[in-house]
Amino acid sequence: MMGGAFTFNHFVYLLQGMMWTVVLSALAFVLGGVAGFGVMLMRTARTRLLRQISFVFVQLVQGTPLLILLFVVYFGLGVVGIELPPLLAAGVSLMVYSSAFLGEIWRGCVESVPRTQWEASECLALTRWQTLVDVILPQAARIATPPTVGFLVQVMKSTSLASVVGFVELTRAAQVVNNSLFTPFLVFGIAGVLYFALCYPLSRWSRSLERKLNVGRRQAA
Amino acid sequence: MRYNFDFASLQEYWPEFLRGALMTLEMTVIACVLGLVIGVFCAIGRRGKRKWLATLCGAYVEIVRNTPYLIQIFFIFFGLASAGLKLPIFAAAVLTMVFNVGAYTAEIVRAGMDTIHPGQIEAAEALGLSTPQIYWDVILRPSLERVYPSLSGQFVLMMLSSSVTSQISAEELTGVANSVQSESFRSFETFIVVAVLYFAMAMLLKFAFHLFGQAIFPRRRRLGTPL
Repeated sequence: MMGGAFTFNHFVYLLQGMMWTVVLSALAFVLGGVAGFGVMLMRTARTRLLRQISFVFVQLVQGTPLLILLFVVYFGLGVVGIELPPLLAAGVSLMVYSSAFLGEIWRGCVESVPRTQWEASECLALTRWQTLVDVILPQAARIATPPTVGFLVQVMKSTSLASVVGFVELTRAAQVVNNSLFTPFLVFGIAGVLYFALCYPLSRWSRSLERKLNVGRRQAA
Repeated sequence: MRYNFDFASLQEYWPEFLRGALMTLEMTVIACVLGLVIGVFCAIGRRGKRKWLATLCGAYVEIVRNTPYLIQIFFIFFGLASAGLKLPIFAAAVLTMVFNVGAYTAEIVRAGMDTIHPGQIEAAEALGLSTPQIYWDVILRPSLERVYPSLSGQFVLMMLSSSVTSQISAEELTGVANSVQSESFRSFETFIVVAVLYFAMAMLLKFAFHLFGQAIFPRRRRLGTPL
């Protein structure tokens, strides 16, 4: 062993990193959710131009790695003269990333609400906004919950990339500890277990939500 | 503040970018082929009668799907190195990709297998088909055809995540980008170029999977409908 044994202090350091992972995930998820709602509105808009712009945006984000997006934001904004702290740089890129994916997930859910619901609302002279808020979204939200929770797991795992721009979350903390101890199986194993402890309950929750949603189909089959 | 873009200074690096892009594609193809093999066996293992094997395969899938890829890379690469096994970086990077994509593939293939009606399997048994015949002709081929879209989508995602292997200094596209930007001091432009390259590769891969799907699933080609 190079730097001695893994002590309780190292573990506390990892836990602190884990806390920042949660903070970053929450930040990315909330901001990404708000932006993703906008993307969803644009993807289902009646104006063709809005649909096209949002389509290109989604394709671009889904067609480039998050790591590259992170570098573009981190170096790009630095070069334009805006000095972003790593938390913000990571938060902004994760927000862009989640907004594209969430927007696309939610668009699917909105479009899976039967067409006749839109037509009925039109007959009742509801405005488009009223239709969306009072009729479509309550139905779409039910369908959207399982994949949204599932995507939260994805976001949480993706925050590990923020370590690359020097933000000290769980992965970075594990790297720091490993650099001093050089016991990679142990240190990254513990980090993996901590991530698992965050993600696995969410995965289970997502799956049970999905099962509840499919009750009708399950009984029919 | 005004910023003058200078893409011209990156021109001399295009052979490097090309080499990195080819390496990314090479790693992706190897990882997806091996990952598919692992995924199929793992999905079969989870359905099988041996309880311990099903538990083992289930644990593998859940662990990989609920931990970040970066942690898996560090665990495997540095872990093996500390245990005295020094793999070449290319091999280590591909190994982590196979390990990762295998679990996702297993879950997708399993979902496909679940759509096969039990009556089909019973009918095959009644006709006296052997177990390998049942698995190949009755279960695997139709279910692979059904999940082909999600499978190819997952492989494209794997190509994009392979950028993370640059963290163990694999010389794929992102790794190349890192060295180019430190030589040219044009980091913003470099990463924009690389983003465009990744996007083009993702589109290319999607198109290639579409053509491949048309070639290997003649029924889909003839009827133009999903199974």
